[in-house]
Amino acid sequence: MAQDAAQGAHKAQSEAQTDVANAAGTVQALILTGFGINCEEEFAAAYRLAGAEATIVHLNQVLHGQVSIHDFDILNFPGGFSFGDDLGSGVVLANKLRYRQNGPDGRTLLDDIKQFIADGKFVFGICNGFQVLVKLGLLPNMGGDVTPEVTLTHNASGRYEDRWVTLRANPLSNTPFLKGIDKLEVPVRHGEGRLVIPSEAIQAAIEAAGLNCLTYADFDGDATDVYPFNPNGAALNCAGLTDSTGQVFGLMPHPEAFLSAYNHPDWARRRRAGQTDEEGQGLKIFKNIVAHIAQKNNAPAPAVQLASQN
Amino acid sequence: MPDNTTHTIQLTLKPGQHDGDGQRVAEAAARHLGLTTGRVRSAALYTVRYPLTETQLRDFATRCLADPVLHDVRLNELTAAEGFATYILVARRPGVTDDEGTSAQNALADILNEPLDVHTQHIFSKKLYLLENDLPETDLRRIAEELLGNKLINWLEVGRVAHGIRDYTPRPGGGAEAITEVISLTGRTDAELVQLSKENIYALNLVEMQAVRDHFADPVTEAMRESAGMPAEPTDCEMEIIAQTWSEHCKHKEFSALINYKDLATGEEKQVDSLFKTYIKDATSEVDRQLRANGNDWLVKVFSDNAGAVRINSDSLFVWKVETHNSPSAIDPYGGAITGILGNNRDPLATGIGGARLLFNTNVLCFGNPEYDGPLLTGQLHPRRILEGVRKGIEDGGNKSGVPTVNGAIVFDDRYAGKPLVYCGTGAVMPMQFAGLDSWEKNIDAGDRIIMAGGRVGKDGIHGATFSSIELDETAPATAVQIGSPITQKLAMDFLLLAARRGLLKCSTDNGAGGLSSSVGELAGISGGAVVELERVPLKYPGLRPWEIFVSESQERFTLVVEPGKIAEITALGQEMEVELTDIGHFTSDGFLDVRFDGAPVARLNMHFLHDGVPRKILEAEWTKPAVAEPEIPAATNYTETLTQLLGSLNICSRESVIRQYDHEVKGRTIVKPLMGATGQAPQDAAVVRFNFESWEGVAVSNGIIPRYGDLDAYDMSAGSFDEAVRQIIAVGGKLPNLTPGDGIFWSVNDNFCVPDSVYDPVINPDGKQKLAKLVRMCEALRDATAAYCIPLTSGKDSMKNDFKADGVKISVPPTVLYSMTAKMEDVRRAVTSDFKQADDVVYLLGETHNELGGSEFYALHGQLGANVPKVDFAKAKALYTLVGQANDQRLIQSCHDLSDGGLAVALAETTFGYGYGAVVELPETGLPLATQLFSESHSRFLATVAPEDVVAFEQLLGNRATRLGIVTADGELTVRHAGKMVISANTAALRAAWTNGPVNHLLGVVSKDNLSHSNSL
Repeated sequence: MAQDAAQGAHKAQSEAQTDVANAAGTVQALILTGFGINCEEEFAAAYRLAGAEATIVHLNQVLHGQVSIHDFDILNFPGGFSFGDDLGSGVVLANKLRYRQNGPDGRTLLDDIKQFIADGKFVFGICNGFQVLVKLGLLPNMGGDVTPEVTLTHNASGRYEDRWVTLRANPLSNTPFLKGIDKLEVPVRHGEGRLVIPSEAIQAAIEAAGLNCLTYADFDGDATDVYPFNPNGAALNCAGLTDSTGQVFGLMPHPEAFLSAYNHPDWARRRRAGQTDEEGQGLKIFKNIVAHIAQKNNAPAPAVQLASQN
Repeated sequence: MPDNTTHTIQLTLKPGQHDGDGQRVAEAAARHLGLTTGRVRSAALYTVRYPLTETQLRDFATRCLADPVLHDVRLNELTAAEGFATYILVARRPGVTDDEGTSAQNALADILNEPLDVHTQHIFSKKLYLLENDLPETDLRRIAEELLGNKLINWLEVGRVAHGIRDYTPRPGGGAEAITEVISLTGRTDAELVQLSKENIYALNLVEMQAVRDHFADPVTEAMRESAGMPAEPTDCEMEIIAQTWSEHCKHKEFSALINYKDLATGEEKQVDSLFKTYIKDATSEVDRQLRANGNDWLVKVFSDNAGAVRINSDSLFVWKVETHNSPSAIDPYGGAITGILGNNRDPLATGIGGARLLFNTNVLCFGNPEYDGPLLTGQLHPRRILEGVRKGIEDGGNKSGVPTVNGAIVFDDRYAGKPLVYCGTGAVMPMQFAGLDSWEKNIDAGDRIIMAGGRVGKDGIHGATFSSIELDETAPATAVQIGSPITQKLAMDFLLLAARRGLLKCSTDNGAGGLSSSVGELAGISGGAVVELERVPLKYPGLRPWEIFVSESQERFTLVVEPGKIAEITALGQEMEVELTDIGHFTSDGFLDVRFDGAPVARLNMHFLHDGVPRKILEAEWTKPAVAEPEIPAATNYTETLTQLLGSLNICSRESVIRQYDHEVKGRTIVKPLMGATGQAPQDAAVVRFNFESWEGVAVSNGIIPRYGDLDAYDMSAGSFDEAVRQIIAVGGKLPNLTPGDGIFWSVNDNFCVPDSVYDPVINPDGKQKLAKLVRMCEALRDATAAYCIPLTSGKDSMKNDFKADGVKISVPPTVLYSMTAKMEDVRRAVTSDFKQADDVVYLLGETHNELGGSEFYALHGQLGANVPKVDFAKAKALYTLVGQANDQRLIQSCHDLSDGGLAVALAETTFGYGYGAVVELPETGLPLATQLFSESHSRFLATVAPEDVVAFEQLLGNRATRLGIVTADGELTVRHAGKMVISANTAALRAAWTNGPVNHLLGVVSKDNLSHSNSL
């Protein structure tokens, strides 16, 4: 039962430290929660449906060293309102990861995350989690020094909105998360999703590298700045970013809210029209990354393989 | 100005960055106040009262607070950019929740890498608005008070920039001593007792004040008090505890009263021995008896806890609560609504042991006309402002808690202009057992510890329980307002979930109205007493007297019951999850509620007197049938224009601008949302939510409320509201309960009555008897409805004084009842949505249409009320609903929409909104006038479509209950014919435009329809 999922997850979390190494073959996803994060359950469900093991952990358990991110394959920042988003979405959480020293050597969680990425592992942020990655400078991180290069701020409409949008994947993008995905329908649920890029030079660099991996699109699948197809007025009509390795990925919309076909507002008409697939389009992203990691873990020399991918 | 420990940080947007906040202020000032501000620029201000070096301050400002892409930073200077003549500064009054300041404090601790004393507020957040135009101070004040802040909670400074920008930072209150005063009751005249009650906001009437006086004068009480070291007369704290416990809000005295009822039309007289017992509790007992006799034993807990509980399956319970937060929303709409949501969330969270997992919210709101342009009474807020504030409160309360707002309703009527009604509902799921104990039980033994968890205590919300039990007037106390902190509650909620699952909780309850006094007082009833040591209670700031600590309604708090042996473990968990836990005493079994401060006695009350000592009220009710008549409205030959007008009318038009600002799908389990279809603009009847990702079981959620019918007959209004909620669930694919033995299809209903003062008084409430008679009739209908459908009530609430009085004028709400229903869906994939699915599907009207235009939207359009109020024929309705359930079992129905406001014509239009279909419909010859067929709001009807291949089976099953009307078409034209003539002919995109461009979306500033609709490209 889902109401016991958190209990299971928290139980699993203590076992995780010893079992991860043994659970060869099963991709291990760590999902952070606490302090106002609120999409951790559907995030975990997505990984389970994709065949991975999902562990939900309170951020303090990581900060206090009870759980190590290095025991996992992918680190996930779910949506929500971390610390109420009072200072701007994701700001306080990003601040905590960057500055809070977790031990005598002055090590921060950001230091660990940098190591995690250098080890060829993956980081995924959705909505508030994406905002955290951007404010932290992990996305797009073109300079490689984890300094914020762009930002996400209040929607052009000035309001929070829950509505479904269509996304187009950027063919230039190298990220395994989006492999084989061209178009994707997902809900947006945010008030601060407008990507602001401070200079034309940065914008050009993002475009050249294909880091703007997802674009708001109109019904025909063409990128658009027209509201409400582009719900927030984002620069480049951009809905999601990766870093240059493709290992770090974040987006404003919620693929984890489209795990079942019955999440879509038009599901009933589509089924009447003959659609029989019960899987939601959002699940594809999770299946992609789980398959990619599983393949990498089973391969003899994953680091080489990853390098050749870039 | 700054001493070395006070700093000011100002963040302004870099040149070229879009200032949406400023722009909205300029637009709102022009639109709502007719003031031309010129450009408006917004800035965030933080006052930091903490010793920081220059470098630390700069690092904190630039690295933690400012966004390097967006912001410029100014330190310790309060100046404006060139070109701005005037300013408005919005700060908070002392003690008002400042989540932004708290977050900044959190960030400061992180960057300094040192713990900050969380008992002190070090950072105060404010907003500064700079205006281009040199507006006079009166205009600046209007913008400040009517658009930007609320005088009750905000400190507002306005003026010319040239004169210097005045700052304001609250100073914590001075350290008042722990004084407990004695309230002398002996020797007071009746008038003096009443005066004492009024002055102290006890909200106790003379009889009740006399009962208190007599209790303390009783020799037994005197002897007890002397031996316990208590003064003979009650202390201030004791009077407050009694007032809170005996408040209408907590004790429901009028629902428990003895009522002498007369029907002046028939001459019938009867005595009602408690509305609650007669019509609610006993009715539900009878339903439960019928359910159990048929092997349906899913009704687990009713009326006795914070929320009712029904069994979903052998593993889990569904917990469901709806209540109102009207009075606070009238004076501070945002704060009132957000505390309403968060407070209502705490009810299912703290049912039984506690730790249920919240599944969804639903909200029903009643407001005055937001387009009202007349004068306002002293202290009355404009209906538009109440609407906007309440909407924002629901947005933050739901979204920031991660609880989807899956549906709701907004009802407009001028009589809600004084006091709005704000109904908040929350559904939750709880495992049947926590660590081997039945989750729904509340057990407490003497010796168990009392733990306060969550937020701290301040003066906010003192007297909320008693304040909401009296009518509102212009002197509403500022302390009755609270501002909720969703983030504080989210932390407490996450903690509670885990604590329950680890078996650390014996039980819990929430701190809502009445604060600790109510929560500890009620829990102490289980063990038989309690000792509370108030000096242990953590405070937001010093300066509270003991009684204030005990009755304060500061939000986001739970009272936990923990066995002494588990204190260490639960404390560790609290520290881990950053939730403050404080041991404030223990439970006893000596029969007394014993409250102390630093060992000194503050209160010692006999529990029996406290809970059962309130004198019973005896009330008078007289029913007179209103003198009403059917109007003469000339028949028309074409009703296209009428339909278009109805779609754009206040009570029918689209609420999309409101709905989309609520997160209705966080948790990823919402299957039927408020708006569906390819366009995302097809309105639905009930929400459907699945319980988890492992099974397809779920719950349907609906709301029935039709206050305007009460002007004709309160019985029919109540019956109709009940039926409306039932048929919405049937429409979406739900099934009536108890149709087959042991089918396990639970239904759980909350009744919420909101009525004007219904206690007769020849001077101040001369029509009180008629109002009470309406309430009796509403309750009679409720009993009849529950019996007819075999649907149980599981919880509810009554709000009895919904009047606003000022300047010698009284605005009273119409007697209103909301039935909020939930029912189990065995498989959410079988849910049926309202919108047409495919061309050539056959359109049917299910149920009977009668000559019942009384109270209809059609009459309202003509400024008429009429007389023929729609009546419910429960037997026929039940038969139809049973057949619709069977049709759904056979998957015969492709779409189903219940008929309500605006009748058949409006339903026909709405069902086309999902995809841009049309329909060709031929109305039958029924003998009813055309307008009646189109617009009558007769109950228990649906508009359904059936695939061509299923028509034979469907017609065989439904028989004469289904009237074939026509077919769905692909051309986007709605054509209705009657007697060979075209009576409606409209493009459905145009109808949808009329609906989406109605006053609600127009007022709340949603963008034009051209941008919203994308059906044209389909």
